[in-house]
Amino acid sequence: MLHVGLHHFLVVSSILFSLGLYAIVTRKNAILVLMGVELVLNAANINFVAFARYGDFGASGQLNALFVIVLAAAEAAIALAIVINLYKHFSHVNIDEADNLKE
Amino acid sequence: MNLYDIIFYIFAAITVVSGVITVTSKNIIYAAFSLLFTFFGVAGMYVLLGADFISIVQIIVYVGGILILLLFGVMLTNKVTSTDIKSGSVNVLPAVIGVALFAGALISIIIRTKWTETPGEIPLSTAGTLGSVLLNEYVIIFELLAVLLLIALIGAASIARRTKEETN
Repeated sequence: MLHVGLHHFLVVSSILFSLGLYAIVTRKNAILVLMGVELVLNAANINFVAFARYGDFGASGQLNALFVIVLAAAEAAIALAIVINLYKHFSHVNIDEADNLKE
Repeated sequence: MNLYDIIFYIFAAITVVSGVITVTSKNIIYAAFSLLFTFFGVAGMYVLLGADFISIVQIIVYVGGILILLLFGVMLTNKVTSTDIKSGSVNVLPAVIGVALFAGALISIIIRTKWTETPGEIPLSTAGTLGSVLLNEYVIIFELLAVLLLIALIGAASIARRTKEETN
C-alpha cells in the first residue's frame, strides 16, 4: 500500500477534482470559480499522464495532456474577457448577484 | 518506502494542502498564490510520472500565463487599496456534503479496482517523441489548436474592448 503506484496518482487527482468542484459550486467571485475550473483541468491532466505512464499507450496520453493545457489557456483568456465585461456592467463580479442578461 | 515514494508524498501533500487553501481562503490574493503552489505540486507529479516536457509546459503556461492572467483579472475587477481583497462563499454545507460523498465514492472505486499496470522504462527525454508524434499522427489536431488559439485571441480582445455605446 505504501509503494506508490497508479492508484496513488488517481487518488490525488480525484481529491483535486473534488476541490475544484467545491470551488465552482460555492465561490461567489467569478475569478475564484475560474480557479476551480483550473483545478479540475489539472486533475484531468494528472489522470492522462498517469495512465500514459502505467498503461502502454506511447506518447498519446502525454499529448492529450498538452492539448488540455492549450484549451485551458484559451478558456482562461475568454473567461477573463467575459469577467471584465461583467465588471463593466455590474461594477462587481459576484455571479450570484448577476441576474440579468441585458439592461 | 524508497526515495521516489517520499518525494511523491511530499508533492501530493503540497498539491492537496494548497488546493484546500485555494478553495477555502476568503482572501482572493491568498487563493491565487496557493494556486501557484498547487500548479508546482502538479508539475512535480508530472516529473515523477516521467513527463518532463509536460511538466515544463505546465510551469510555463499555468504559472507564467494563466495565473498571471487571473491575477490581472483580480486587480482589474476590484477596487484595490491593499492586498486585502475578500470574497464570500454560498451554499457551503450542501456543497461540502455533496462533494465529500462524491470524492468518497470516487476514491473507494479507485482503491477497489484492480488496475493492470504495465509501466515501461522512463525515457530520458520525452520532447523528441512528443514532437514527432504531434507532427505525424496528430497533425490535424495541431493545426486546429493553432486556429483555436487565434480565434480565442481575437474573441477575447473583441469581448473585452467592447464599450457600452457599441452594444446598444
